Amino acid sequence: MRGSTWDRVTSVLLIAPSAIAILVFVYGFIGWTGWVSLARWDGMIQDLTLVGLRNYQKLFDTERFQIDLHNTVTFTLLFLASSLVIGLLLAVLLDQRIRSEGLFRSVFLFPMALSFIVTGVVWRWLLNPGSRELGSVGVNLLFDKVGLGLLKSGWYTDPSIGIKAVAIAATWQMSGYVMAMYLAGMRGIPEDLREAARVDGASELDIYRHIILPLLQPITLSAVIILGHISLKIFDLVSAMTGPGLGFCTDVPAYFMFDTTFRGNHFSQGAAIAIILLLSVAALIIPYLVYTARTEVQR
Amino acid sequence: MKGFRFYGFVVALVVLGMIAAACGPTPPPAAPKGKLEIFSWWTAGGEAEGLNALYDVYKKKYPGVEIINATVAGGAGAQAKAVLTTRMLGGDPPDSFQVHAGHELIDTWVVAGKMEPLTSLYKSEGWDKAFPKGVLDIVSYKGDYWSVPVNIHRSNVLWFSKKVFTDNKLEPPKTFDDFFKVADALKAKGIVPLVMGTKDGWEAGHVFEDVLAGTLGAEAYNGLWTGKTAWTDPKVTEALNNFKKMLAYINTDHSALTWDGAGQYLIDGKGGMMIMGDWTNGWFMSKNFTGYGWAPTPGASGIFVALSDSFGLPKGAKNRDNVIAWLKVLGSKEGQDAFNPKKGSIPARVDPDKNLYNDYLKSAMVDWAKDAIVPSPIHGAAASEGWATAYKDAIAVFVAKQDVAATQKALQQACVDAKVCK
Repeated sequence: MRGSTWDRVTSVLLIAPSAIAILVFVYGFIGWTGWVSLARWDGMIQDLTLVGLRNYQKLFDTERFQIDLHNTVTFTLLFLASSLVIGLLLAVLLDQRIRSEGLFRSVFLFPMALSFIVTGVVWRWLLNPGSRELGSVGVNLLFDKVGLGLLKSGWYTDPSIGIKAVAIAATWQMSGYVMAMYLAGMRGIPEDLREAARVDGASELDIYRHIILPLLQPITLSAVIILGHISLKIFDLVSAMTGPGLGFCTDVPAYFMFDTTFRGNHFSQGAAIAIILLLSVAALIIPYLVYTARTEVQR
Repeated sequence: MKGFRFYGFVVALVVLGMIAAACGPTPPPAAPKGKLEIFSWWTAGGEAEGLNALYDVYKKKYPGVEIINATVAGGAGAQAKAVLTTRMLGGDPPDSFQVHAGHELIDTWVVAGKMEPLTSLYKSEGWDKAFPKGVLDIVSYKGDYWSVPVNIHRSNVLWFSKKVFTDNKLEPPKTFDDFFKVADALKAKGIVPLVMGTKDGWEAGHVFEDVLAGTLGAEAYNGLWTGKTAWTDPKVTEALNNFKKMLAYINTDHSALTWDGAGQYLIDGKGGMMIMGDWTNGWFMSKNFTGYGWAPTPGASGIFVALSDSFGLPKGAKNRDNVIAWLKVLGSKEGQDAFNPKKGSIPARVDPDKNLYNDYLKSAMVDWAKDAIVPSPIHGAAASEGWATAYKDAIAVFVAKQDVAATQKALQQACVDAKVCK
């Protein structure tokens, strides 16, 4: 009995430092940002007079922010869909017990080891359109050399492509990670299940469609959550690769937040964007947390 | 703590004074020691060379001081300003930092009470006579001086490739009509008439401020930034239309390039003209490119759109004495003549040694003395940073959408938000 009380005390004591730190440095600052977003702080002199939701109202009226929201949705959908499909495809291919699987696994995973800044710089060069006068470069040059000049495009400099070009770079970086997740999931599925299905006369395709994919559902969910929150908060890749782009065609809320806060000194507006970002990530993650909590209780 | 340090400083001065008095007539001044952190965005080509030339002057005078060169790359200080804001608000100011003289300095830092006035330094060094009145005006606020300008840059320069122009028997254009004639001639030859790089977001705003000045003339242009000229004025519409017409002549890959990347077109003889500030001169020199000519931008002969880099003394600087010594070097003739020929700008002082400067800079000194001087918004002289950011965004959208009416409305709204227009 005494032992368990002592255990309690020590466990509380051990958790307290990090709990307090999180309380102050995470939740405290979220609260502070929320307050600033409702205030009139617009310049180097701190002004915390509350003005209600006026900053938000103005923000949604700002053309740049409307473009940004549109870009975020496009980017998230494209990036999620292509990373999941490519990741799954790579995992299925690697799952065929091919030779030197380890080598391929590493090759596909390597982009993950780079930071988004490096990826951004590399893809800025690769997708640089070049020009008629100075000649093509990067991917366009490749198209020229193999006689596919038709496929050349302005990439991220073309407003109709814009953020989609950034999604290509992000997919290149993250699909290997999705592959690793799926591959781990597939390896966790007992071989007996496949054997049983084969005995029942199922084709390999059927096995993937009706047995493996359904069993991989929790992994898809995790991948969506992980990629989704990266994509909503994306900043570094955009910053290194394109900047805000022609007519803000590659701009994202996080970049706008940085621009307006630290260059325009509109601190309240920046805080409002931060809160909107937080809410959008929360809208993605909270249902997931509730779902996992529930399934854990059921178990 | 700050007060304590200040009194400590006073006490140290008094004690030093007593020692000096006791020692007799020629006491050696105590050699400054410690560190000096200088924050700037001068990392490339001529800019970095100019800064190093200043450091050399400083090190010769104060060998005991270790200079920490804190630079953040990025044209027009786009990235550096973000880092600076964080450090200033976080209570960790660099000892001295680069800031555009004018509204960027005054509205951002002076009004917020983050700077120390330098009036006594101006008096003791005789700078109130060494700098022209126009320069003194933009560094002063409420009767005090707040920063030491090291240079003057001109925003409205039209650079052109001499080879392209002589090959095609063209003259640098003086008016917008001339400009479009020249541009058509170049386009017909498969040469990019006007090269532009817009990747960093501010370059289009830079070109447009020169178009504004060229279309409205000096007085009406100045009025835009003081509230005397309305942004709804038909002349602003005309300026937007001129700019829109110019955009039809620019390189297709402009949004993938920074301004210096675009300058490569001129060096390669594939581009005809470029509108950019006169730091381009220093960049050309660092690339060993000499085949360039210059002229005022269309419509803006006799107008000098100016900006000035300056350094100040933030409150709470850790090495205050070393900063004062640094500012003395910056304001001195020696310092300015060491820095400017390399940076590719003209000194803010009225008494430079003209022989040190190249042909472009000599011509800029002549223009500086006789032209109408107007401030640049994109480079912090004409407008507060909040306003300049809104202006920059409006023009960035314009480059893509080219909607004159909507952009004019956005520009007017930016002026209202800045509390200059009603």
